[in-house]
Amino acid sequence: MSAARVGVVTFPGTLDDQDAARAVRLVGAEAVPLWHADHDLRGVDAVFLPGGFSYGDYLRCGAISRFAPLMEELVPAARAGLPVLGTCNGFQILCEAHLLPGALTRNGSLHYVCRDQRVRIEQPATAWTNSFDQDQEIVLPIKHGEGRYVASDDTLAALEAGGHVVVRYLGNPNGSLNDIAGIRNEAGNVVGLMPHPEHAVEELVGAPSTDGLGFFTSILKNLVNA
Amino acid sequence: MARVIVDVMLKPEILDPQGRAIARALPRLGFSGVSAVRQGKRFEVELEGPADEAALGEVRKMAETLLANTVIEDYTVRVEG
Repeated sequence: MSAARVGVVTFPGTLDDQDAARAVRLVGAEAVPLWHADHDLRGVDAVFLPGGFSYGDYLRCGAISRFAPLMEELVPAARAGLPVLGTCNGFQILCEAHLLPGALTRNGSLHYVCRDQRVRIEQPATAWTNSFDQDQEIVLPIKHGEGRYVASDDTLAALEAGGHVVVRYLGNPNGSLNDIAGIRNEAGNVVGLMPHPEHAVEELVGAPSTDGLGFFTSILKNLVNA
Repeated sequence: MARVIVDVMLKPEILDPQGRAIARALPRLGFSGVSAVRQGKRFEVELEGPADEAALGEVRKMAETLLANTVIEDYTVRVEG
């Protein structure tokens, strides 16, 4: 059996693509580099949108990336069921691209936060979290200045009622409404979260845990079962 | 040649921590009587032709798709002059 191929997108200003690719390889999958300026998803089985400061965060975080040539391929593919995970800036891009509802705004405290964060997995029924147990508590690094999740009252109510809140903060670091750290789309193939699973896969580099591995093993399980 | 101004503001119900920080700084600088500040963005769009209804429609489309994120922001479009 050939290894599952997980695309890792690089925009100008992306920071976490190498960590993401390494995490993909650690669980036995092939990391396929995807370039923002290409109209080509290279036949991957899933896509990881990493964090960073794509296009310098000009205008709004993720606002310019949304119109990159690669996104013209990615958006319809995600709507058709391709598993896509966005972390941090990747989450912001997914919201700007309207693949996920709501938006990420400046942290309530105005401070950039960089710390190990305890979160709860509230929805294992997604392409990226099925390795976790319901309500499992894990620790992941966070590092962002604009991670405060906001959405209209109607959208929040729909997210909660539909079980679309995937990850919730235990101790809200940024003022996110309903302590939301990550959400999924209706189908469960698209997930976005502010914490960084790709930075929590190896203890050697000082990660607070290896809890992040679960996101990568989830996608493999999903692809093998498919 | 015409200049069209697009003002983009966070919707009233969205918290604006930057505006709040500015409001808090004002009394320290000796400015009193300010109850709140909200911060937004102003875009100056230079048109090659006149600011007729068709051109303004295009600017509104720009605001809708790129300049503002209508999930969290409102925008207004006006011709300068």
